[in-house]
Amino acid sequence: MAPEISTGERPPRSYEVVPKTAPDGTPLESDLLEIAMGPQHPSTHGVFRMDVTLDGETVVKLKPVFGYLHRNHEKIAENVSYLGSMPYTDRLDYFCSLTNNWAYALAVEKLAGLQVPERAEYIRIITGELTRLLNHSCAVGFLLQDMGALGTPLMYAFREREKILDLFESLTGARMMCNYMRFGGCRVDLPAGWLEATKEIVGDYGRFLDEFETLLSGNEILMARTQGVGQLSAELAVNAGITGPMLRASGVDYDLRKVDKYGIYDRFSFRVPLGDHGDVFDRYMIRVLEMRESIKILQQALKDIPAGPIIDPKSKLRAFKPKAGEAYGRIECPKGELGFYLISDGGPNPYRYRVRPPSLINLTILEDMCLGHNVADVVIILGSVDIVLGEVDR
Amino acid sequence: METLEQIKARAETAVPGARLEIIRNDSPSAQHSLLVDNAHAFAVAQFLRDDAQLRLDYCSNATGLDWPELELTEKVKVKKLVDGVEKEVEEVKKTKRPGHLEAVYHLYSMALKHGPVILRMRTEDRAEKNHLPSLTPLWRSCEFQEREIFDLYGIVFDGHPDLRRILMWDEFKDFPMRKDYVEPDDYEYEPTPHDEVLEKAKQHRPLSSAVDKDGVK
Repeated sequence: MAPEISTGERPPRSYEVVPKTAPDGTPLESDLLEIAMGPQHPSTHGVFRMDVTLDGETVVKLKPVFGYLHRNHEKIAENVSYLGSMPYTDRLDYFCSLTNNWAYALAVEKLAGLQVPERAEYIRIITGELTRLLNHSCAVGFLLQDMGALGTPLMYAFREREKILDLFESLTGARMMCNYMRFGGCRVDLPAGWLEATKEIVGDYGRFLDEFETLLSGNEILMARTQGVGQLSAELAVNAGITGPMLRASGVDYDLRKVDKYGIYDRFSFRVPLGDHGDVFDRYMIRVLEMRESIKILQQALKDIPAGPIIDPKSKLRAFKPKAGEAYGRIECPKGELGFYLISDGGPNPYRYRVRPPSLINLTILEDMCLGHNVADVVIILGSVDIVLGEVDR
Repeated sequence: METLEQIKARAETAVPGARLEIIRNDSPSAQHSLLVDNAHAFAVAQFLRDDAQLRLDYCSNATGLDWPELELTEKVKVKKLVDGVEKEVEEVKKTKRPGHLEAVYHLYSMALKHGPVILRMRTEDRAEKNHLPSLTPLWRSCEFQEREIFDLYGIVFDGHPDLRRILMWDEFKDFPMRKDYVEPDDYEYEPTPHDEVLEKAKQHRPLSSAVDKDGVK
């Protein structure tokens, strides 16, 4: 029997406000305290505000406030050509510019019916999985930073990130704003020696993860701070459209690399790690395990990559005008499902350009996860969601 | 997964009175969509979510669209008497497409791993009759996305638990994603609330009385 689908109503609050009384029964007339965490707060990973109502140390209400970084990316994209938006997608989730490129290119390819040559598919998978390694290392590093492990774990994560950024720089010319994918392929071919350098870094990555895990996964403080904190049930996660590592930490087996098999993901053998408590610790653990799976994919892809063209000869960069119609393309980016919804009216600019941002939608249940926990836990619950404000506010 | 025609037929039997229409999509993606009338939209969406064969438990993407009033020009060949002789003459026929706003939902099933089924709803016009039923009670994932549509397109979702602006500030007028939106000359100008705030602060804490009581001036 399948589990019942949630009705979408708010679950009962895990914490109720009861008037405080002195031992002899006289009311203490204690007050609730309303504080604004952010927009300038080191734990909010950018300009994001949470209006938190506290009963002592306990959260009884939390309202996220967005928009500090809003620049209406969608409107800007409606006024430039299809290709003109490609560099701007880098600025959505600036940690994962290559997967943002990929999601947009995939949507346009669906809209215009372009084919991607095999070598380009391999390059996309290699760069996409490197992005996942980079994002998850940093997400875990930042999470520990939020927990008070100041500096050290994040520096270790950044040391590894730096190596991957060097690879991106030698391939695309930019460390973070890569602007690399094109409709029907990629912009430039791999430089000489790039594959060897990548193989070496990927080969060493497992050792870094072992070291990282020895220091952290069994750490008593980490376990005490994260286990049982910010639990999210599978039903609510599905109903609230949570995607990515957060969804899988709640035990829902839904990974677009397996479900949609976009690109050539069906050729690689890898597993989808699942959590069973849906708490902050599971979200930490899922990211570590996903990195190990990414290494497996990378090793297979680096071994098999064929020679050949890197862009569909039919694809046009200038005067690109897809036929009137619409398409929704989505990929599994490190933070969740990143989708692009495009409508063409036959002109050179999209009539409608919509980004489905995983970071924003993963915040839907932030209040549900925080109720009844301490203020200090709000910081790590938000850290475990892994948001980038460039994508939340667009 | 069933074809869209089958889904349409079953939805129409499950929800009596619902008027559904298939909107064809000619692009290579071939993602056709279902247009549903506003009165029965909620019931149809609930059917799509709860039906055992579909189980579209995951609403991935919800977005707004703006279609302003448009004058379509079409060349039509008409037979006409020209100087007593019947001739075929080309005439320009002008039709007006009334403006409307649209909300689009991309539904998938996480349980059965299929999709998308695309659901569309249209408002009657772009001014006062801009109401649509909210699907947030069915899918929590629409909560922020419908707020965003309200914020940027000005569609009012009836039944939404918390319909406020999300990306723009509360005092903002107009809806920036509409096609006829005109930017203000000066973004930066905001009237300072300073005097008002001082006035409020006085009511909140009558400073003078507190000072008087202690006898210090």
